[in-house]
Amino acid sequence: MAALTEEQSILKDQATSWVETEFPVQKFREFRNSNSDGGFDAQAWSAMVDMGWTGILVPEAYGGSDLGYLTFGVILEQLGRQLCASPLFASAYVGATAVNLGGDDAQKQHWLPSIVDGSEILALAVDEGARHQRDQMASTATSSADGYMINGAKTFVSEGMSATTFIVAAATDAGAIELYLVPADSDGMTRQAMSTVDARDYARVTLSNVAVPSSAHLGALGGGELHELVLNRACAGLAMEMLGVGCFSFEMTLDYLKTRKQFGKVIGSFQALGHRAAELYSAQEMARSCAEAGVIAIDNASDDEAAMSALSKAKTGEFLYEMSNQLIQIHGGIGMTDDFDAGFYLKRARVLETLYGNQAQQRDRYARALGF
Amino acid sequence: MEDANQLESFRSNVRTWVEGNFPDSLLGVDMASLAGGESGARANEEVKAGMEAWRQKLAEKGWGAPTWPVEFGGAGLSDPEADVIGEEIHLAGAYNPIPHMTGMGITMVGPTLLEYGTDEQKARHLKGIASGEIRWCLGLSEPNAGSDLASLSTKAEDKGDYFALNGQKVWTSGANISQWCGALVRTDSDVGKRDGISFVMLPMQQEGVETRPIRLISGVSPFCETYFTEARAEKGDLLGNLNDGWSVVKRLLQHERQSQTGGRSVSMVDSEPLHVRAQRFVGVDETGALADGDLRQRLVRNYMDATAHKLTAQRITDEAAGRVEVSAAASILKNSNTRVAQNKAELALEIMGSQGVGWAGDDFAEDELGIVREWLAGKAMSIYGGSYEVQNNIISKNVLGLPETTQKG
Repeated sequence: MAALTEEQSILKDQATSWVETEFPVQKFREFRNSNSDGGFDAQAWSAMVDMGWTGILVPEAYGGSDLGYLTFGVILEQLGRQLCASPLFASAYVGATAVNLGGDDAQKQHWLPSIVDGSEILALAVDEGARHQRDQMASTATSSADGYMINGAKTFVSEGMSATTFIVAAATDAGAIELYLVPADSDGMTRQAMSTVDARDYARVTLSNVAVPSSAHLGALGGGELHELVLNRACAGLAMEMLGVGCFSFEMTLDYLKTRKQFGKVIGSFQALGHRAAELYSAQEMARSCAEAGVIAIDNASDDEAAMSALSKAKTGEFLYEMSNQLIQIHGGIGMTDDFDAGFYLKRARVLETLYGNQAQQRDRYARALGF
Repeated sequence: MEDANQLESFRSNVRTWVEGNFPDSLLGVDMASLAGGESGARANEEVKAGMEAWRQKLAEKGWGAPTWPVEFGGAGLSDPEADVIGEEIHLAGAYNPIPHMTGMGITMVGPTLLEYGTDEQKARHLKGIASGEIRWCLGLSEPNAGSDLASLSTKAEDKGDYFALNGQKVWTSGANISQWCGALVRTDSDVGKRDGISFVMLPMQQEGVETRPIRLISGVSPFCETYFTEARAEKGDLLGNLNDGWSVVKRLLQHERQSQTGGRSVSMVDSEPLHVRAQRFVGVDETGALADGDLRQRLVRNYMDATAHKLTAQRITDEAAGRVEVSAAASILKNSNTRVAQNKAELALEIMGSQGVGWAGDDFAEDELGIVREWLAGKAMSIYGGSYEVQNNIISKNVLGLPETTQKG
């Protein structure tokens, strides 16, 4: 994996041991079985806040540690391995990114410390239909005397039932897509839970003449640039979680290949399966390089950040798609049972695949970045 | 730790030297194919003289094999310094012909000699390699010993002060133009097949050695069949211990794999980026995207795979810093490099339509014909140096710890 600083290594080790001992995938199973309200385990969330993970992308002036995207990515990878459910990514990664990039000083003062202490949970409301289409937005933000009037219907809003504030993407009078911070309890807002295969928190959100002050507009960049940038960075973060989901799936599968016996020998001694494992391992190594390159490009403020984020999600997506299918296939019958964890990984894999643009859409983005 | 400033001042010295010494007569000359030996005979006298002068200058600096010790014809430089030399020569539009001129010498035989050779062997063989004067071939595969190399049957009989070799080798690169050969031979038939093999070195210009070039599907003949009939290899040219040739060749093949994991090979396909070629042949739609959406997706996949390969090679190099044993990674990288290159060639052909299936003549541009030949030649990538499947065996056994799937014997 990428070279880490001492501080990053400490955080990584902390995340690894915390998630393995406190929130292994059995906890996710309990959480799913509980059918409780709320999209996450409150205990896990408060532990994350206490460990400072909510402040990793927040400058020190606003109460964070400013350790950067690779650091955050390494933690997302560890959480992905055990399918730990929390609003950490939605609020402290995507939310903090939007406020950092698009907020003025007053907005940062207002929002960032609340993201760090966990009192605010932000959720990005962008999609309006079944397929992610970031450049077409029916939602509108109409200028009013003292702010904006927002109308629209959003779907597949990650952590939408837990959110205290939404970051809503809407088209301005001039047609540019801009982001607005809208408190969840605003007049004219309603939300409804969606039940998805990964048993995580997604909501349908409608905004009907929701009035917000001008300070709700994240306008520091302007021209629709923020919306694009936030989604690109979100893709790079998702790639790190996908890497974790895929790597753990690989390890489960390899372990099974070494222990399951048929025809008098372990099934990993059959060349067809040995070669399949070799192909999956190679794909995993390629995916790791790309996922890490995606977050490192953000930290380095590279010119090719957009292309690298597309690369990171496309290549981890390609690996995870094949890996999650082979996870079931190689485990055979046991892989089909709900009592076994493999299904959780397959289900999470497909949700992550579609979130903020699938492989084909990432490849489209990459081609455009290269000019074809 | 390399001091960055020191490296930069080294770089500027290299740049000055290359500018001052690279002959103008060689600018724009395809030296790779000349040095490779195939078309050397066709070069004109001026180019030949320029090449020879340039080779001598590089050899005097020890830059044919910059990381080898000075006493063996190298320059005793570090890996980063050697990289700087390669980069600066490339940037100047020049080319270092020595690795090509030595056949398997610089990339495989030399590094293995440095590790396994006696002082006397190193002193005798390495300088000729480093200077580019002695070309080496390798006699490894046989008609009945390909992927299962250890089942080879070429015999070496102990004749007191020399070995007498009898048998046939195949796929010996450049055997017809090489001066020396490193050959894997059977020295004991009564033990397990990997335990009775030795590695010997022998001169090619002798009565008992005959070579016959093999014509390939791409039309060229870089390989030979090589016949040994009472061929003579001196006892002093046994590399490693008697019957321990398998360890020698395993190391040799690791060096080969490392040299095949995506080096700086100049490629005809690189003459124009594939998407630009595609824009020309296929056209674009009103949004500026390539008109064939399916092709466009597959092109991006290939670009992404190429980037993923490069990033992984870099990551593995960084992680392996200071460690020699990176053979496991080499298998992964050899296969990914192969996949990317073969797929790229197929895409280039597909883009060009009927212009992508030309063999010769004025109906086809030179770069079109070049791409076709390269597509054909590239099919060997997944066969040589341990086939694609052999690499997967290595990954599954050595990296993943799965049980052996092939019979050792």
